[in-house]
Amino acid sequence: MAAERFPIEYGHVLMFARSIGDTNPIYSDEEYAKSTEVGGIIAPPTFVQASAQFNPDYGLRPHPDRPWHGSGKEPSGLRRPAPTSDGAAEGGGAKSDDAPTPPRGGGGSGLHAEQHYEYHRPLRVGDVLTATTRPGDTWEKEGRRAGKLVFSESVTEYRDEAGELVVTARSVGVRTERPVES
Amino acid sequence: MALAANDLTQGQQFSAALVDDLKRTQIVQYAGASGDYNPLHTDEVFATKVAGYPTVFAHGMLTMGMTGRLLTDTFGDGRLTTFGGRFSSQVFPGDDLTATATVDRIRQEGDEWFADVSVSTTNQDGTEVFRGTATARLDA
Repeated sequence: MAAERFPIEYGHVLMFARSIGDTNPIYSDEEYAKSTEVGGIIAPPTFVQASAQFNPDYGLRPHPDRPWHGSGKEPSGLRRPAPTSDGAAEGGGAKSDDAPTPPRGGGGSGLHAEQHYEYHRPLRVGDVLTATTRPGDTWEKEGRRAGKLVFSESVTEYRDEAGELVVTARSVGVRTERPVES
Repeated sequence: MALAANDLTQGQQFSAALVDDLKRTQIVQYAGASGDYNPLHTDEVFATKVAGYPTVFAHGMLTMGMTGRLLTDTFGDGRLTTFGGRFSSQVFPGDDLTATATVDRIRQEGDEWFADVSVSTTNQDGTEVFRGTATARLDA
């Protein structure tokens, strides 16, 4: 989830908090936030996931000049799925920085398996972060419901303008052979 | 807002209903806010006809985001030092989710006190959809 410049903006925090159903005024009410221990509007604990908005190449957002695998005239905008391609990993997985790739025909695709955050200080509106991602381990497992599972880990460091760590994120993506029926 | 170490006991539990009858619109709302427009979450035609799922399903991070609300409402804003977990089952439109946080340990590090917490989010059938841990800084 790389981003050279990830500004933490009031409206973005507001809409993110709404989307997770969190009405806590700490995410939107400046006057209230000033009266609290943190002293200003902060972002919800999982907010850095939204750094995808500031990744110019993020693969899980349609780009005007690229094919998109979602439906249009056809169930997939990619008329000829490449047989060797990977499913697009959800969320902060290492694959999600790649260009969009079609899922294997009718089969499994990339999913988000785990997410772990370490918070070094509260993330505040007005912060401007950089996000740098490095790949971690890869491992395989035989799944009960979805066939062979291939896990891959990535670690993203979110730093402020002083270069100080604000959040460290570790994400595990999994690719499955078949859709997961729960 | 924040809890003091002596307000808590090991094994103490906190629960909250996170969502009742999850709507597809909320999944789309999360896609817009997070920037993750994966059609598995946002495009019924793609999710069913191409990917082979019964319907669209929620981003794991939507479930984790909603679960985080229990932690911040319980332990205070800006008090988490870690939060993480595993997405163990999918969340579909119509699901009702409930999260429970359990205080596993209260410990002191230097002058500071922390609670180590495990958290579990389940759906209306009792199936666990997210299981994780968190650490919250407490008042002394």
